[in-house]
Amino acid sequence: MAERSFAKEVQKLRKGEGETFTGEGILAITKALLENGVGYVGGYQGSPISHLMDVLADAQDILGELGVHFEASASEATATAMLAASVHYPIRGAVTYKSVVGTNVASDALSNLASGGVTGGALIIVGEDYGEGSSIMQERTYAFAMKSQVWMLDPRPNVPSIVKAVGDGFALSEATNTPVMLQVGIRSCHVHGHFTASDNIRPAMTVSDALETPRRKLDRIVLPPATYLHEAEKLTKRKPAAEAFIVEQGLNERFGAASGKVGIILQGGSYNTVMRALNRLGLADIYGDTELDILCLNCVYPLVPGQILDFCAGKDAVLIVEEGHPNYIEQQIGHLLYQSGQRVKLEGKGKLPMGGEYTGQVMVEGLAAFFEEHAPDLLPVAKVAANEPQVDIPDLSQVLPMRPPGFCTGCPERPIFAATKLVEEELGEHHISSDIGCHLFSIMPPFDIGATTMGYGLGPASAAAFHNETKGGRRSISFIGDGGFWHNGLTSSIGNAVFNKSDNVIVIVDNFYSAATGGQDILSSRATNPTKQTQNSITEAVRGMGVKWVRQIDRTYDVTRVRDTLKEALTTEVEGPKVIVASSECMLNKQRRVKPQIAKATKEGKRTVRPRFGVDEDVCTGDHACMRLSGCPSLSVKDTGDPLRDDPVAAIDQSCVGCGNCGEVADAAVLCPSFYQAEVVSNPAPAERRKAERRNRIISWLQTRRDARRVHLA
Amino acid sequence: MNMQTTPLVARRSPGPDGEKIITLAALAVGGQGGGVLTNWIVDVAEANGYRAQSTSVAGVAQRTGATIYYIEMCRDTGRAPVFALSPAQGDVDVLIASELMEGGRAILRGFVTPGRTTLIASTHRIAAVSEKIAPGDGRADGEEVIRAMGIAADRVIAFDMETLAKEAGSVISSSLLGGLAGSGALPFPKESFEAVIRASGRGVEASLGAFRAAYDCATGATPPPAPPVDVAPPTAMRVPAALDREWRALVARLRALPAEVQGMTQRGLEKVVDYQDLAYGAQYLDMVESLARQDAAPFAMTEAAAKYCARALCYDDILRVADLKTRASRFNRVRGEVVVGEDQLLMLTEYFHPRFEEFCTTLPRALGGWLQASPRAERLYARYFDKGRRVRTDRLSGFALLWAISALRPMRRRLLRHGSEMAHVDQWFAAVQEVALQDRAMAVELLANYRLIKGYSDTHARGLTKFARVMGALPMLRGRADGADWMRRLRTAALADVEGTALEGAIATVESFAGARA
Repeated sequence: MAERSFAKEVQKLRKGEGETFTGEGILAITKALLENGVGYVGGYQGSPISHLMDVLADAQDILGELGVHFEASASEATATAMLAASVHYPIRGAVTYKSVVGTNVASDALSNLASGGVTGGALIIVGEDYGEGSSIMQERTYAFAMKSQVWMLDPRPNVPSIVKAVGDGFALSEATNTPVMLQVGIRSCHVHGHFTASDNIRPAMTVSDALETPRRKLDRIVLPPATYLHEAEKLTKRKPAAEAFIVEQGLNERFGAASGKVGIILQGGSYNTVMRALNRLGLADIYGDTELDILCLNCVYPLVPGQILDFCAGKDAVLIVEEGHPNYIEQQIGHLLYQSGQRVKLEGKGKLPMGGEYTGQVMVEGLAAFFEEHAPDLLPVAKVAANEPQVDIPDLSQVLPMRPPGFCTGCPERPIFAATKLVEEELGEHHISSDIGCHLFSIMPPFDIGATTMGYGLGPASAAAFHNETKGGRRSISFIGDGGFWHNGLTSSIGNAVFNKSDNVIVIVDNFYSAATGGQDILSSRATNPTKQTQNSITEAVRGMGVKWVRQIDRTYDVTRVRDTLKEALTTEVEGPKVIVASSECMLNKQRRVKPQIAKATKEGKRTVRPRFGVDEDVCTGDHACMRLSGCPSLSVKDTGDPLRDDPVAAIDQSCVGCGNCGEVADAAVLCPSFYQAEVVSNPAPAERRKAERRNRIISWLQTRRDARRVHLA
Repeated sequence: MNMQTTPLVARRSPGPDGEKIITLAALAVGGQGGGVLTNWIVDVAEANGYRAQSTSVAGVAQRTGATIYYIEMCRDTGRAPVFALSPAQGDVDVLIASELMEGGRAILRGFVTPGRTTLIASTHRIAAVSEKIAPGDGRADGEEVIRAMGIAADRVIAFDMETLAKEAGSVISSSLLGGLAGSGALPFPKESFEAVIRASGRGVEASLGAFRAAYDCATGATPPPAPPVDVAPPTAMRVPAALDREWRALVARLRALPAEVQGMTQRGLEKVVDYQDLAYGAQYLDMVESLARQDAAPFAMTEAAAKYCARALCYDDILRVADLKTRASRFNRVRGEVVVGEDQLLMLTEYFHPRFEEFCTTLPRALGGWLQASPRAERLYARYFDKGRRVRTDRLSGFALLWAISALRPMRRRLLRHGSEMAHVDQWFAAVQEVALQDRAMAVELLANYRLIKGYSDTHARGLTKFARVMGALPMLRGRADGADWMRRLRTAALADVEGTALEGAIATVESFAGARA
């Protein structure tokens, strides 16, 4: 798995009662699952929850001892469907994925699961990728909780609270026969902290036990007439049970003094940001002690009407701190207050921005505006007056270059897009559909390739409308990664193109891993994996799907070949979709795997070769054409110091891994002869060394002879 | 963007025992080891009886984008403080930037506050893609960022920590930690930082070396490494005895030129002689001298002539490339660049792709011209020869091939390429000479326009087109007081992008006010 060892993290999962666990939030959740007697775990990798999957994948021995089944699901839909094991059996199950994208994929299974309900605790850990640094569209998962009537926890973002939420989630799920979502933000997942561990617990019933004693209850199956009963049950039994559990178990917390005339209702996840803002406004100390009345919703759905109304009673104004849009919580509370006839002033969006991450500054400004209007006497004088001298800081927005993420050094996807750019230079621009994955960096300079991205595995699907009436007319090109291909691209994209007799071109970027999510193995990974069946051919799958024109390229760095193959795909008379499978191993993962091996071999005295590229700076003319087809971090510009030259030349630094792209691009695009490939041979054989010495003597003689007849620079 | 500090005095207040939360943000470029640095800082804090919490957005950290790591710490009084999870504008005590522009980005984002923030920044550059892909020099202006640092930060510790780390055989996270420790911004002793590095167990001595070097620079005990100055490498001409007299004659002519231009002319002369022979050097000096006669102090025109005539004469052809690639000095440079040890061997592959044009123009004028006009020959070449060639210059066969091509040098003047190049140079230089009679400033710009011609094959052709476009504006701009300035602007526009969009826009502007004259 991932060519990267998580052995250190796995050892943390063994901590027992009273020991201190130290680590990231997502790893703490992983440990908490085992402490809560989970019976099976599944999920689909993606930031910020990949770590949970990676660590469990490496923890087979611990899982085995406890009788816990773990699997890396094919998609989020698969993962959620896996929770069906908790429908009839009292087994706790947990799945995890990135949200909101993963929840979108999962929603069919989620609706079915939620309808019939569960017997064993079913926990869905959604890694909310919202706000700065997010890689996805900005939406809320909350809507899914409301529409499917599953409960949603959003604990305060510290490790002990997150760990407690895992236990609360299972208990809440079982008490209400309802799946529970545990929402953790990207920074909560990566927050580093401690908690006091408990012993891991073997599930009372394992999935093996369940298989040996099958059960079924007709009224739990999603089929009319049971579905009508389910709907009624959700509203009349499960939701009231949840509200009772939330109050009885104290899931939501109350801070400050209950007597205040103003109050704040917040999501647990934003507690720390609110507290920091209150501290900066002089209304709370660094430990969160405050006179202000605060209701912290660690369970954001369902809301408990009694609790909310009780909190608001007697107050002049209440501020709802709810990140993201729409403001579902605020709407519900507004509705509650209106129905109850309470006359408290409700604030929320308006004082705070409609959308976007509630950062520290946003929170300070929003809270200050709330207090200034509704409790001006609360704010210390110093906080109201603009009494700090203002300093005009130069505006650097025009100076600073953007630094978006891009392809890594030596990435095998770079040459694919270099080749695509060359094809477009020759045949003109094409409509290009992109997909989700590292290859989406093609959107950025220097490639500027790709017009849309419609979801994981949906690159070719998003080109489906582009049917050219003119036979022999221009075709669209779409990209899809191996991850997206196996996630659902095989059917949604390839199958669809075959069935509808698409004439377009599809490039499957195969880098042997689900690379963008951390290098997890997938069906077509080349590595042998003890718990997975890998090495399933994409080409064969595509052929099996009915594609007639398939080309397999086993070395993407062969830019000339990729270019010519793509050109052929765009111009061939063969009908039906044209599929190119471009395969080379993700360089990040390859280096992790190969580098230690080579170092070891070299140390043992074996002959090893280290490749690297370089630029002859006196041959380079500084036009940077190579960089417009590369963007590699190791290929950059440098000054020569030569007063005869104006422009910086190309230079390759020590981080070069010798992938070959520079030379291949220079060749295919007929750029310039500045590039050289240097291969440094360690521990050469004696015969090899003697031969090299002989050669060097002759070369040296030729050089001296030439120099003897001319005036030259040394 | 509102770049002013917020009017609200929203500083953190301390705890009952005077304990304060210290906030620290590190802005790094993916792959720089920001995670390691973060862990070290947390460990130092905890070793000193502090509670600490770190967060990061690691999703794209390895993939070259800008990444933020954030740490909060507070003296442990038995209770858990409420730590924030991300840096807030105006609320950062210590900001570490692992690259100059990331330091600038921290300022832009409001993380560096006057009277509050200690800024620890490495001043080296990692060029972003947008800076690398300009045909000219697209690099951002670092001076402006350094000036802004002085204004925005309470204290600035800024020097090249990357070079320090490299010199110590370590990576930048070690020297950044040294800069942090030396800044005194955290209340922890130097020894506790060193202890944490030692406990990390990998490359300890190198890390400690980089740490200490940066520590000393930050405290002012030692001066920071000097910024890499753009010093031209010293030149050394090797002159065989038989050619010495002739070479001295050229040097004597050089010495007769105005003192201001001798440095540049010497470079130019050496380059031209090295490129071809002594007679070529004489031809070069003829050009420089002819303009010097029309010039006056400070001899800017002569200096430009010295620079650009050398470049114009030394066009890049196959002979030149073969020569450069087979020199002993080049082999030594490569061995240094890729770090070849005494007991290691070097295999060297050159990438060539000579097209039909290069093939024809490397032939004698008549033969090359005849072939160039033959579509059949072109088709034949395309079918059998037009492909990338990998030449192993560490092997005899490969080396001998290039050496033999370089040996054609004495014949260069008879080759087709030389004819077309000289025609082009003559036409350009005639225009310069003519303009120089009335407008020396314009002549300087015309000389500098040769900067546009560079690269090989298509890139070279594009350069020629742009050169022609820019030179074509001369009739419109001649005689105008701002003519030279506009000529310079046209050239800058030509170097801004590949497609020539900026250039066409600039020419349209010129036409709008001076078009009637054309």
